[in-house]
Amino acid sequence: MAKYTLTVNGKKHRVNVEDDMPLLWVLRDELGLTGTKFGCGRGFCGTCIVHLDGEPTRSCMIAVDNANGSKITTIEGLSPDVSHPLQKAWIAEEVPQCGYCQSGQIMTAAALLEQKTNPSDKDIDVAMKMNLCRCGTYQRIRKAIHRAAEEI
Amino acid sequence: MAHPTVSRRDFLKVSSTAGAGLMIGVFLPVKERLIDAGLVSGQPFEPNAFLAINPDNTVAITVAKSEMGQHIRTSLPMIIADELDADWSQVKVTQADAHPDKYGSQGTGGSGSIRRSFGKLRKAGAAAREMLIEAGANEWNVDKSECAVSNGKVIHKPSGRQFTFGELTNKAASLPVPEDPPLKSPKDFKFIGKSMPGMDTRSRVNGAAKYGIDVQIPDMVYATVVRCPTFGGKVKSFNSRAAKKITGVKDIFEIEEGVAVIGTNTWAVVKGQRAADIKWNHGKFAKWNSSRIRTMMKKKGLGNAVVAREEGDVAKAQQDADNVLEVVYEVPFTSHATMEPMNCVAHVKNGKCEIWVPTQVPQRVQTTAAEALDVPEEKVIVHVTMLGGGFGRRLWADFVTDAVAISKKIGKPVLMLWTREEDMAHDFYRPTSIHKLSSTMTKKNKATSWSHRVIAPSISGQLSPERFSDGQLDRSAVNGASNVPYEISNILVDYVMTNTQVPVGWWRSVYNSQNAFANEGFIDELAHAAGTDPYKFRLKLLKNSARHLGVLKLAAEKAGWGNKLGKGRGRGIAVHESFGSWVAHVAEVTVNSNGNFTVDRIVGAIDCGVAVHPDGIRMQMESGIVYGLTSTLKGEITIKDGAVAQSNFHEFELLRIDEMPKVETYIVDSHEAPGGAGEPGLPPVAPAVTNAIFDATGIRIRKLPIRPEDLRV
Repeated sequence: MAKYTLTVNGKKHRVNVEDDMPLLWVLRDELGLTGTKFGCGRGFCGTCIVHLDGEPTRSCMIAVDNANGSKITTIEGLSPDVSHPLQKAWIAEEVPQCGYCQSGQIMTAAALLEQKTNPSDKDIDVAMKMNLCRCGTYQRIRKAIHRAAEEI
Repeated sequence: MAHPTVSRRDFLKVSSTAGAGLMIGVFLPVKERLIDAGLVSGQPFEPNAFLAINPDNTVAITVAKSEMGQHIRTSLPMIIADELDADWSQVKVTQADAHPDKYGSQGTGGSGSIRRSFGKLRKAGAAAREMLIEAGANEWNVDKSECAVSNGKVIHKPSGRQFTFGELTNKAASLPVPEDPPLKSPKDFKFIGKSMPGMDTRSRVNGAAKYGIDVQIPDMVYATVVRCPTFGGKVKSFNSRAAKKITGVKDIFEIEEGVAVIGTNTWAVVKGQRAADIKWNHGKFAKWNSSRIRTMMKKKGLGNAVVAREEGDVAKAQQDADNVLEVVYEVPFTSHATMEPMNCVAHVKNGKCEIWVPTQVPQRVQTTAAEALDVPEEKVIVHVTMLGGGFGRRLWADFVTDAVAISKKIGKPVLMLWTREEDMAHDFYRPTSIHKLSSTMTKKNKATSWSHRVIAPSISGQLSPERFSDGQLDRSAVNGASNVPYEISNILVDYVMTNTQVPVGWWRSVYNSQNAFANEGFIDELAHAAGTDPYKFRLKLLKNSARHLGVLKLAAEKAGWGNKLGKGRGRGIAVHESFGSWVAHVAEVTVNSNGNFTVDRIVGAIDCGVAVHPDGIRMQMESGIVYGLTSTLKGEITIKDGAVAQSNFHEFELLRIDEMPKVETYIVDSHEAPGGAGEPGLPPVAPAVTNAIFDATGIRIRKLPIRPEDLRV
């Protein structure tokens, strides 16, 4: 066990956990931030994506020890009031079906828009192709990203 | 037996506690009486909702169906609120706990939530509206014909006076329930047919939506369970000392279905499970693999079959035929692979049990837990969370048994979560199947017979082996095969049951996915054998099936059927009816010389009767297409040494965004009773794609999933 101070969504949290515990479980089980989801545990599906110093990161694949000192943003911290352009676009396009993968989708898309304010379809494919959605919301995700890009 | 008198009032029940306002339960207190009276027949009665109009002017609708992405928490309230003429902002939705007496069947499946309750929910809304109007008329001492409702208010038209629903609800509650409240004319619908915003969309974009895996209650511990990977195998040994050495692991023990590891967080129990070095007695099925299953099925398929449909004389048609075409189609096992792995929170305490679970069957959860604990059902409270996907997987309560057994043993609330590997290894898979089809033709290429033998494991046979054994007909297994719609004078559809130890279950559209692939691929072959355009060939053989024709024509028109496509490109069409709806898809593909191909576009047309929530229907079409494409292009479950060979998403791949075709959905304008939407979009996907590949290459794909090597000649 080791003590870590994590900055999550602008707030400092002290946790005492095993150093190999993936960030995902620290967020969910220790901090109660359950918006970040578990899908595969091996970095294949993207449901657990959060931002680590702005970079989209699979939280199931990074040990807390390696996240120490980084600025972590989860879906709960993307905006205080569902006002991020992507969240608004997701609502306008009615993207979510079951919604389980959408935290990861939105966090990946948010990192994309940070890099490219007006992404092409190809850019969206490259950025989003590691995020799986079993309900099949891909077409609406694409539309919503374009819509959000227009607003930014 | 004399039929007891049944009042139509039995469909609606008003209950009222002082000051609580008007509450209408759309349910049936005496189902058996109505069945006896012939008022409800084989159709399960599914009331689905409970309406309460509160003094604070909220219209509270309790939805008893599970929300798994189909927006049922939006569409069912729309139906009630429309007849009630509520203001949409008044409508508040809550999720029902399991309660068979209150809600009837809460099972969410068979694309049935709307089609089985549309009329009843309208009637409930209409009855409440009439009672509110009468209460208002009484207050004003005017004739109720002078009063009307609009946007949550009762209005006295001549004077313009008005009451909110909230102001009248206590008075309305004491009035008799109208037996036959007038229903709106469809032209007056204000929500039905409009795409109202999703009730849960906001919570699904900010992390607030609570799935089963997100439940956290005081004193809760975490657990995971591993079962023997080989079906039918048992635990041999495990190293509990090594597991308990892991920080955070509290306990490890055997339960009926496998080994449970308990700890203070998920990571601890996952590590504990790995450290435990569990050994298994794999049992007899360890000698089985996919090719042995296939061989067994093929061999059995040569033997006796049970007839599902027989018209005319196929044998004679074969004797008289100028041409006979015989082919075999094959479909593999596949997994549901919901994004949220199976999980359940259970708290067993003092002979009671409280459960929080993402389930399609709250009442099955309740009975399963009650049986496991040997307590009466009312001692088990079941809260239904959001479901991170269902698709039929959550019609089972196997994972509930795990959670209940653990909580019972440790006396604490537990969140039992399967890893993805466990979820993939212990699904109830879409049955693998083999389809032997043959047809005869005259010299002029007129089809004179159609025969289809379905060779597949039986879900019913697995559930009730005493009722469905070898040689018996599982009607469900021939769904989509026995009702082949084409007008051919001699038809024979039969079935051979080929059960194995591999658990099988209801996978989105159930046997329609396999049978539609076989039907619609084969009819395409007949069209090409006859040298006829496959779209026109279908039209000719469906000339008396208006709804098939409607979707075929709409899809073909919107897709530009007949327009030239470039080199390497092809277009295919398929149509199928299931769950009370008709769907046609036109797929366009591009095939490269190396056999790689892309699905570029799918144009779908659906006739689901009245379109209650059109955007929801479009979503379900898009979803059915993606789900269907995954099983057409990749997602295959194979068996090796008696176990599932795929462990995670690197081996069981799903369609990704860069493979997503352009999808267009068109809805037939209809006043017919509503049909289903969740499943009907799936069955015609695979054949539309394989028919398009044939159009592009001349190669006929009869086995799923399609592989690039199939397209290299």
